[in-house]
Amino acid sequence: MIVSVLDIDALLDDPQTRIIVCCGAGGVGKTTTAAALGLRAAESGRRVVVLTIDPARRLAQSLGLTMLDNTPRPVTDIDDASGGSLDAMMLDMKRTFDEVVEAHATPDKAEQILANPFYQAVSSSFAGTQEYMAMEKLGQLRLEADRDPDNPRWDLIVVDTPPSRSALDFLDAPKRLGSFLDGRFIRLLAAPAKAGGRAYLKVFSAGVNIVTKTLTKVLGGQMLTDVQTFVAALDTMFGGFRKRADHTYALLSDRTTTFIVVAAPERDALREASFFVDRLDEEQMPLAGLVVNRMYRVSAPGLSAARALGAAEELGDEDSSNSSGVGSSVASGRTAITQGLLRMHAVQAEIAARHESLAKRFIAGHPDIPVVEVPAASGDIHDLVGLRAVGKALAGH
Amino acid sequence: MAPDAGSTRDTDWDAVRLHIVTGKGGTGKTTVAAALALALAAEGRRVLLAEVEGRQGISQTFDVTPLAATEARIAHAAHGGEVFGLSVDAKAALLEYLQMYYKLGRAGGVLEKFGAIDFATTIAPGVRDVLLTGKVYEAVRRRRDHRAKGPAATPAYDAVVLDAPPTGRVVRFLNVNHEVADLAKVGPIRSQADSITAMLKSPQTAVHLVTLLEEMPVQETVDTIAELRAVGMPIGGVVVNQVREEILTREVLDAAARGAITRKDVAADLTRVHVRATDALLDGLLSEARDHAERVALERDEAKVIADLGRPTYRLPSLSEGVDANGIREMAETLMAQGMA
Repeated sequence: MIVSVLDIDALLDDPQTRIIVCCGAGGVGKTTTAAALGLRAAESGRRVVVLTIDPARRLAQSLGLTMLDNTPRPVTDIDDASGGSLDAMMLDMKRTFDEVVEAHATPDKAEQILANPFYQAVSSSFAGTQEYMAMEKLGQLRLEADRDPDNPRWDLIVVDTPPSRSALDFLDAPKRLGSFLDGRFIRLLAAPAKAGGRAYLKVFSAGVNIVTKTLTKVLGGQMLTDVQTFVAALDTMFGGFRKRADHTYALLSDRTTTFIVVAAPERDALREASFFVDRLDEEQMPLAGLVVNRMYRVSAPGLSAARALGAAEELGDEDSSNSSGVGSSVASGRTAITQGLLRMHAVQAEIAARHESLAKRFIAGHPDIPVVEVPAASGDIHDLVGLRAVGKALAGH
Repeated sequence: MAPDAGSTRDTDWDAVRLHIVTGKGGTGKTTVAAALALALAAEGRRVLLAEVEGRQGISQTFDVTPLAATEARIAHAAHGGEVFGLSVDAKAALLEYLQMYYKLGRAGGVLEKFGAIDFATTIAPGVRDVLLTGKVYEAVRRRRDHRAKGPAATPAYDAVVLDAPPTGRVVRFLNVNHEVADLAKVGPIRSQADSITAMLKSPQTAVHLVTLLEEMPVQETVDTIAELRAVGMPIGGVVVNQVREEILTREVLDAAARGAITRKDVAADLTRVHVRATDALLDGLLSEARDHAERVALERDEAKVIADLGRPTYRLPSLSEGVDANGIREMAETLMAQGMA
């Protein structure tokens, strides 16, 4: 089988790589991977910003992310001998949404939108908003990075995607926003506030009546009014929104962007990874490769699980025949240690073999996708030392 | 005939009819939900197992054809019980809801044509979750004989198990009706949202959390329990999944951690049973033992954090063969033996 290896260092060293998006199912180590990539790139001389969505508390602390203020902050204590830098930030979706409103609407319109109860619910607590805002923030970071081409604040953005229903939600967010803004339904909702809208709607008046009546019946008059005010207020900033969404989508398919799919050696996570890889291919999005995280490895690969179990049993037999005779308890205690080591090795070798075969199956199904395997660490990762080790493993060392 | 559920076994959750199962991604919450459904269905009961994220995790777990938006039997439990599966679809739920409450024959089609259905189910944030929880609410309240009324009528399902969104999103998902109630001050949405919220917060409901003995899933379990408590959702048990068998005794673990295992004794033992005790093998085994000891120590710390939560806790062993339909049955029996069902 020809296996192509994902060369992380080549990717990080290539100045053409400007955005790296880490995606994959929940619980596979996306955030850790994103942070480790960012750190490794920074320590090899790049100016990096890492956008994390929902990091584990201690990982966030290791990056100096004690405040959730929606602004990139420098990570101290990195090795900057190569002239690189590392900033990190945690997404605050409500704050990001508010900023979009403030940037695109006149001050009094903005105030009206921010005070609208429907807006407050949409921007702070509903699922789906996070994907839109992660995309928006990515667009903002890129703009900021490009502001001064001679002295860019960042030359690499590493993004960790939200823990979505499915990893694909992230890709779909900008398009969905686009279809929402283009939809006739939104124009219908906005209609009562606009004379032009009424004229347009006359054509559909019979249908419109049914729709408005039904909505009033289902939503109640007051909620419908709130929704309409919200949509009408947003109407003035649709252009800006739309342009941004299109721009961000274009950015994702740009050749300076690259996707890294992260998976764990579990059936479900690899299946999700397969979906994602196929989808990226369909959309002609640039995929760098797959990271199979937390691969269990044994340190004594020469001894098979079966052989280890056999040897442990043999020691056990010997032990029981000894104990009937003159065998001292000290000697049998020692044998027990060796037996334990062999049994432990057998269990670990079996897990390692299972991980190996799951990874192999994925590779066989996607022979063209470069893969790198990252061994499982025995503890949790929550400091720069740990992240550096993950970075090394990602680079195949 | 189904025996009376309460009299046959004494479980920790006899009063609960809606079991909501959540956990961090990767902890195995779908398999635990499936095992719990099988366990609850034992002894002739009817249980609905529902998923809400369209992932087809249930059908893959039971190795059956993909679930549709209509309920289908997916497994027989011990002694004549049945488990039905449902992949709740927001669009189907909305059309059904409109039909049921508003008798909207033609208007449903018009709404669809205007993109209102798509708007509500995919774009309008939150509405989707309201519809999904609404469908679960309907399934819990449904009567076997739809004409029967009152609390004495036999319910369609003895229990409903919801494979809920993962811990990061579950509180927002379950509390969405409360948020909607804030938006809709009056009207049918408001009263529907209020009834759903009332059921989710009643003693009929329990939110169970699945975790592994690792730092992040345990931390999320602790955080989620606090969040659930803050919004007044009833907290169920904690299921510790994939618990590894204890292979090494405490003494051996301590020795391994301190690097105090005598190399030459191990070498002598290995040689006696004809395993070539090379330096590489000895180094490997001892380093595996050290890593293992470190991991076990971490797991002990995490187990203590879980114990401190003071919730009923269930432990499911790691299945070396991976999880298939037989594995689920094994897990169901373990949950029953521990009193979860």
